[in-house]
Amino acid sequence: MKWVAVIFLALSVFILAACQSEQEIEFARYYSGGMVIYQSKCQNCHGSDGKGLAALIPALTQLKTDKTILPCLVKYGSKSSPNPADKTFGSEMPATALPPVDIAKVLTYVTNSFGNKMGTITTQQVENNLTDCK
Amino acid sequence: MRKLIGAAAVILLLNACKFNDDVQRLPIAGNRDAVTKVINGQTVTDTVYQTIPNFKTVNQYGDSIKSVNLDDNIYVADFFFTTCPSICPVMHRNMLKVYEEFKDMPDLKIISYSIDPKHDSVAILKNYADKLRITGNRWWFLQGKKEEIYQLSSSYLVTFPVEDAKEKFIHDGYFILIDKQKRIRGQYDGTSPEEVEKLIAAIKILKAEPEQK
Repeated sequence: MKWVAVIFLALSVFILAACQSEQEIEFARYYSGGMVIYQSKCQNCHGSDGKGLAALIPALTQLKTDKTILPCLVKYGSKSSPNPADKTFGSEMPATALPPVDIAKVLTYVTNSFGNKMGTITTQQVENNLTDCK
Repeated sequence: MRKLIGAAAVILLLNACKFNDDVQRLPIAGNRDAVTKVINGQTVTDTVYQTIPNFKTVNQYGDSIKSVNLDDNIYVADFFFTTCPSICPVMHRNMLKVYEEFKDMPDLKIISYSIDPKHDSVAILKNYADKLRITGNRWWFLQGKKEEIYQLSSSYLVTFPVEDAKEKFIHDGYFILIDKQKRIRGQYDGTSPEEVEKLIAAIKILKAEPEQK
């Protein structure tokens, strides 16, 4: 009888753990993939803690930017920070050759790290946003 | 008698822990020559170490900076350019730690030679320094003649910079520690936070050496 209870308990824990919703799994997949892309493409300048470099390179902490413009910044680069409070050096962020799926991953990582919490940015969203780049 | 033996053992043990020289020293890098001279009728052999040769540059304030301006200073040197897309932000993020750590040490300087002097004018270097929030004369960003700076890099025992279509300039990210006699006392990978901790520890050892007072 005791064993039945133990097995029942173990099973229910297992099932609950497996019950991560579809969204949570998708988020985790984007986020962990994005972390690797961040480390190889972004971290040199923006730093492992997302704090940027003094007033030379903008910080990514506590982003207040409209997230629909972020894919354009990553893809085409930028000559100025989207945050007007950053009076950045004339140095520009270079454009990248990342495909939309990787842009979505790295943005999901950035917008959910360093004090940000904006949820998943999907490949579909990135593709839509990229059609509206200025 | 027992006490006496005990005491003797303790003294012996304590002595065993003593170093021959109570001053810790950093090694001296680079080529060296032995020079034999006759002083007061005695033949004396001395070691001559490799030193950083004279150079002529201008800093971010437009002041002329030559090697003589670094006399009586311990300094850390690196090679960079302001539009560097790869390792320079990492290097200078790490160099800022050195800058902060030794802000109360008047005889320590940091110098960053630009390897892209065509672009990195005095105004650009000043802007860069301002954005890094560097003030005063503890960290100089230097513009010089390109060929001279490239030649100088070999005196610092770093790789000769190479121009490249994509990365613009390929260069080493080393921080080189130079003593008051302009001898090379260490090279540290400026892109690695652990190596920069080692550099900070090395500067503390170096400044305690009697020759550096």
